[in-house]
Amino acid sequence: MPVIEFKNVSKCFHRHAGQILLRERIARFLRPEPRERFYALSDVSFKAEAGESIAIIGHNGAGKSTLLNLATSLCDPTAGTVAVNGRVAALLELGSGFHPDLTGAENIRINAALLGLNRTQARASFDQIVEFAGVGDFIDEPLRTYSTGMMMRLAFSVAVNVDPDILIVDEVLGVGDQAFFSKCFDRIMQFRRAGKTILCVSHSLPTLTTLCDRGIWLDHGRVVRAGRVEGLIEEYSHSLGAPLTTAAEAR
Amino acid sequence: MWRGDSVFLLENLVLKDFRIRYRNMSLGVLWSVLNPLVMMGALTFVFTRIFPNPVKNFPVFVLCGLVPYNFFTLAWASGTTSVVDSAPLVKRIPMPREIVPIAAVLSNCLHLLIQILLLLSAVLVFGGHWNVHWLWLPVVWMLEVIFVCGLAMLTSALNVYIRDTRYVVESATTLLFWLVPIFYSFDAIPAKYVGIYELNPVANLVFCLRNILLQAKSPPSSSLVKLSLVSFTMLGLGTLVFRRGKRGFFEHI
Repeated sequence: MPVIEFKNVSKCFHRHAGQILLRERIARFLRPEPRERFYALSDVSFKAEAGESIAIIGHNGAGKSTLLNLATSLCDPTAGTVAVNGRVAALLELGSGFHPDLTGAENIRINAALLGLNRTQARASFDQIVEFAGVGDFIDEPLRTYSTGMMMRLAFSVAVNVDPDILIVDEVLGVGDQAFFSKCFDRIMQFRRAGKTILCVSHSLPTLTTLCDRGIWLDHGRVVRAGRVEGLIEEYSHSLGAPLTTAAEAR
Repeated sequence: MWRGDSVFLLENLVLKDFRIRYRNMSLGVLWSVLNPLVMMGALTFVFTRIFPNPVKNFPVFVLCGLVPYNFFTLAWASGTTSVVDSAPLVKRIPMPREIVPIAAVLSNCLHLLIQILLLLSAVLVFGGHWNVHWLWLPVVWMLEVIFVCGLAMLTSALNVYIRDTRYVVESATTLLFWLVPIFYSFDAIPAKYVGIYELNPVANLVFCLRNILLQAKSPPSSSLVKLSLVSFTMLGLGTLVFRRGKRGFFEHI
C-alpha cells in the first residue's frame, strides 16, 4: 500500500474567498455573479511508497504548497482523492503553535500534542527534543526572549522528534547556522535510511539532489514531468536559464 | 491524517489559554474574583439604595445572576472568535478543528471555578448553610457548559464565513444582561413570559442557582428538563453546523 497516493487531484480556489463581511454576502445573494476560480492544482497523480523521498519543484505559485497542504490533510481536494497512511509531521511554517509568552518547555508540550503525541510519548521525547534544539538553560525562559534561530531550532526539533512516518519539508532548511543545518540534514537523511517517506520543497536544488530520489515538476498546477531527481533538476534548471549551482554556492 | 490524542491536546490548549491570560496580569487570579465583587457592590448599591426592592440578601441574590452571566458571555465571545484567532493552527496543523472552540470555552471554566468558589463563600458569609441540594450544582453547571460548547461551535464556524458574527455576539451578550434575571427575581416576571425565560439556559441556570443556594431546595424538574433539552439540542446543532463548515475553514481563514 502506498504511503501517499494522489489520484487525479485538483484543487480549485475561489478568489476573494477570505475575509467576507455580511454586506458582501448580502450583495452576492441579491446579485449573484460568477466567481472567479483558479486551479492551484489540476489532475495531479502520484504515489509515494515507504522509504521514498520526493522533491517537488516549480516556480512560485506552481502549486507546490497546495500539494503539501493536501498531503498534510489541511484541506480537501476539489476533485480526485488523496490517501495518506501514517503520521505526518509537516515542517511547513515552523512554530505554528508557539506562543511568545510561554516558556520553551511549555511550547514543546503544546506542539508535541498538536503534532499528535500522547502524554506518555510527549514525556518520553521531551529530553530528546531539548537536547536536539540545543537551547540550554533558555528552555525555561519565555519564547519571546529567544533569537529567531533558537526558536526555529526548537520548532524543528519538536517536529523531527515526534517520530513521523511521513515528513513534509517546505523550504525550512534555511534556518539556523551551518552547524544546525547539517544537524537537520543528518536527521532527515536518518529518516530516509529508516524507511520513512519524505516530501520536500526547496529552491536549493543541490539540497534536493542529495535528499531526494524522485522528483515532480509542477507548473501552473500541472505535472510537467516526473522522474529521477538528477535528470529532472537538470532539465528544470535549464528551463530557468541558469546553470546548476554547486552545493557550496547555494548555502 | 491526524492520529493524536484529542484529550491530551485539549488539556494542553486549555492550559495554554489559562497561562497566557494570567501570566500577563499582575494580580493574576485575583481578577476573576475582583470583577464580580465590584459588580455585586455596584448593583447592590443601586438596587437597595436607589431603587429599593423587597429581595432579601441582595448581594448573594445578584451574585447568583452575575456568575453564570459572566461565564456565559466570556465563554461565548472567546469561543466565537477562537477559530479565526487560531488561524496559524487551523491552517497548519490537521488536528480535529472541534477542539479549538471547545478549548476556548473550557479555558473559561478554570476562571469559572474560582467564581463559583466566590459565590459559595458569599452564601456562607451571608448566613447560608451547606445542604444536600448543593449536589445539584455540578449538574446544572455541566449543562450550562454543554450549552456554551454547542453555541460556540455554531458561532465560531459562522464567524469564519461571516466575520460580523462576533459583533452580533457582542451585542447579544449586552442585551442578555437585561434579559437574564440578574438584578430582578423570577417572581417579578409576568406569567406569560416565564415559559420563554425558561428556554434561555442562562436564565434557567440563574433560577436553579437561586433555588439551591438561597432557598435551600432542589431546582424544579421542569427547569432541569428544559435546561437539559436546550443544552443537548444546542450541542447537536453546533456539532452539525461545525462539521459542515469546517471543510471550508482552510480556504476562508
